[in-house]
Amino acid sequence: MLEIGLAHYLTVAAILFSLGIFGVFLNRKNVIIILMSIELMLLAVNINLVAFSSFLGDLVGQVFAIFVLTVAAAEAAVGLAILVVYFRNRGSIAVEDINMMKG
Amino acid sequence: MMIAGLAFYLFAFVAIASGVLVISARNPVHSVLFLILAFFNSAGLFVLLGAEFLAMILVVVYVGAVAVLFMFVVMMLDINFVEMRQGFLQYLPIGALVGLILLAELIMVVGGWALTPEQIAAAATPTPTGVTNTHALGGVLYTDYLYLFQGCGLVLLVAMIGAIVLTHRTRPGVRKQRIADQNARRPKDTIEIRKVESGRGI
Repeated sequence: MLEIGLAHYLTVAAILFSLGIFGVFLNRKNVIIILMSIELMLLAVNINLVAFSSFLGDLVGQVFAIFVLTVAAAEAAVGLAILVVYFRNRGSIAVEDINMMKG
Repeated sequence: MMIAGLAFYLFAFVAIASGVLVISARNPVHSVLFLILAFFNSAGLFVLLGAEFLAMILVVVYVGAVAVLFMFVVMMLDINFVEMRQGFLQYLPIGALVGLILLAELIMVVGGWALTPEQIAAAATPTPTGVTNTHALGGVLYTDYLYLFQGCGLVLLVAMIGAIVLTHRTRPGVRKQRIADQNARRPKDTIEIRKVESGRGI
């Protein structure tokens, strides 16, 4: 029970990833929470990468996790910037209103 | 070993519990705070896995930058979040269904995962022994993956410029200091010398 193997870490990552998916469904109206759910999913992916890296004794997994981290930070910055601009123009951040861009 | 096992369960449990609260908290500020908690506990998991550098990066980058950015945006936007909660339960069944199916599939895939010694021996970049994690990671990152590392920097630069371009605006009616105009100003443009006769005004 207290012997922690690879499957334990992968299970934690799987639960966090499913929570991220669930969060996207649950908060259909609130873009901020959807962005946070995406961050949760990326975190789960990072846990997977680091767990495999550690148990396989291969450093490449951790290097890739750094790249994922970079992209996640960039995504959060640009996503929140778009959100702020959208709020300035529309006065709301409801997801349903965004389809006005369809023209 | 026993301490490590208990620590794993502690970190994993708190991370998952805060993950649940991130998506279900009423107040988005609480969501951000639980996100920070989830990141901290994942950093703990990384330490248990022997990836100290990534754990510290997670704390610095995520907690220090990304979560604070979220906090800024949540507090800056003046939104009625109660209104946004309407229809919250409408998507609960389908979301729970998709989430549970995905979870079951993922656990079925990873639950029976076993690493063979051949797989471990076939590692592309074996972890060197006798050096710290940060040292080993730097040795790989700055040699084999140098171009990708530079590409990462480029991604961040583009994201930074993009965020600034998107959110920058010139508002009318705001008086700003224009240094070029100030420097170009000459005394003869503004100062006029008049002879004033004594006892009379201009």
